[in-house]
Amino acid sequence: MKPAPFAYHVPSALTEALAVLDELGEEGRVLAGGQSLVPLMNFRLAQPTHLVDINRLDELDYIRRDDGVLAIGARARQSALERSQEARGAAPLLVEAVAQVAHPPVRHRGTVCGSVAHADPAAELPAALLALDAEVVASSRQGERRIPIHEFISGPFTTTLAPGELVREVRVPVSGAGSGYAFAEFSPRHGDFAVSGAAVLLQLEAGRVERASVALCGVAGMPVRAAGAEQSLRGARGSEEELEAAAAAAVEGLTPSADLHGGSAYRRRIARVCVRRAINLAFSRARGGA
Amino acid sequence: MVDRHRIELVVNGETETQEVEPRRLLVDFLREDLGLLGAHIGCEHGVCGTCTVLMNGETIRSCITFAVQADGQEITTVEGLASNGKFHPVQEAFWEKQGLQCGYCTPAMMLRTVEILRENPSPTRDQVREGIASQLCRCTGYQYIIDAVLEAARTMSAGAETDGKVLVKQGAGPSSAEAAAQTQGSGPALEEEAEDASRQKES
Ligand SMILES: Cc1cc2nc3c(=O)[nH]c(=O)nc-3n(C[C@H](O)[C@H](O)[C@H](O)COP(=O)(O)OP(=O)(O)OC[C@H]3O[C@@H](n4cnc5c(N)ncnc54)[C@H](O)[C@@H]3O)c2cc1C
Ligand code: FES
Ligand code: FES
Repeated sequence: MKPAPFAYHVPSALTEALAVLDELGEEGRVLAGGQSLVPLMNFRLAQPTHLVDINRLDELDYIRRDDGVLAIGARARQSALERSQEARGAAPLLVEAVAQVAHPPVRHRGTVCGSVAHADPAAELPAALLALDAEVVASSRQGERRIPIHEFISGPFTTTLAPGELVREVRVPVSGAGSGYAFAEFSPRHGDFAVSGAAVLLQLEAGRVERASVALCGVAGMPVRAAGAEQSLRGARGSEEELEAAAAAAVEGLTPSADLHGGSAYRRRIARVCVRRAINLAFSRARGGA
Repeated sequence: MVDRHRIELVVNGETETQEVEPRRLLVDFLREDLGLLGAHIGCEHGVCGTCTVLMNGETIRSCITFAVQADGQEITTVEGLASNGKFHPVQEAFWEKQGLQCGYCTPAMMLRTVEILRENPSPTRDQVREGIASQLCRCTGYQYIIDAVLEAARTMSAGAETDGKVLVKQGAGPSSAEAAAQTQGSGPALEEEAEDASRQKES
């Protein structure tokens, strides 16, 4: 099908974009990479009346590191993150996650901030950003606020972004030296949305886990932190038993909804395997193995 | 009243100026307004890849990009691959290795191949397999397509050794009417490709 008619706004500066969004209020919808929004419009599952295209906002096309934070602007494409040497050094977990989003032709257009704003429960980037304790910077004509990602995403395809606001940037704390990371997912076909995926970040101290972050996608209405697994990993050295225990703790109490990929128990099982694999790889990377 | 926007873009080296409705998909603009039927429509939601074209040298899905978003950009479709009556080496290779059956996926498959080989001029079979995973083919079972991509890699790097500008000679048409008057070279996107290819060869 074809999209329903809409009015098209294409600001060339951030201030102009915020003024347009302010004026449009509830009616305004941001168009970033369009890789989630336009398919919905083609099916007429979304019929926005006003689109504000942010692709001309060159000032938001950046991925840069300063003061222990990797900042990713709203126009930065997923493929730019994948290629960014700076990001590879500062947040390798995020780079590993983005490489598993769709295929290159989609990543050439899709943006990092767009994926966060879209808040698909199966999406890789929100889960990786959750494990990394990222912050979302929301700008509007009235000013700016910084929202921890776990407060920003509030449900399936739902965020706490207010009408008139734009996700201007996501901010990712730089991963410390000596940390190990991994993003592991399973999908029936390469490039498809994952049945489930796990993002893991481990900070070791003398061979033992000092701090662990574990986040999952595809197992609930939004990405979730696995607090149980994080606790169980504290002090761990990476033995088989410790890995198994952490993976089991990660999925305890989860009841993923069934879909055409499989039932709830299947998805939980897949999630458990992903967590185990990710922890294992994170350990070997933290030790300098890979 | 229908809201229309004036856009100016370069398609296969020609500057095109048109008025379009914002909801016009790029693939419909190419097919219906410009008569370039090489970009095919399959799923219309970004999954199958048959509508893939190059925007500023990068593959994109033209079914989930609006024509208004191509304003000021440079688009290459399969019609822009051959030049001066000569096939692009990728086209030659698909012909030679019979990398198609019905041909529905083929224009997009070849444009993706141009990109894959620009990024990695001598891929392994597995790398090609992964690279073309963004494009669905309903007929071939992919084996012959992979053969064709590897054949193109062979002929293009053989060409690059004797002549670093093989893509420029056989690549897309010039990027604008002006450039056409000056040279017979390819558009910037493909010219860059040739440079990238020779750079990567050197390193
Ligand atoms: C074939 C295919 C496969 C895919 N596979 C995956 C996958 O495996 N994993 C995955 O995570 N994603 C996948 N995607 C989705 C893709 O990653 C999208 O790029 C992403 O979800 C949205 O980013 P976008 O820039 O394209 O946003 P758009 O589609 O432009 O926008 C999406 C939503 O976010 C809003 N929005 C976007 N940017 C902002 C902003 N800066 N401020 C406020 N609101 C904003 C829009 O208004 C809209 O509601 C796939 C897409 C396709 C077409
Ligand atoms: S028609 Fe565009 S990806 Fe299928
Ligand atoms: S040759 Fe028929 S779809 Fe690929």
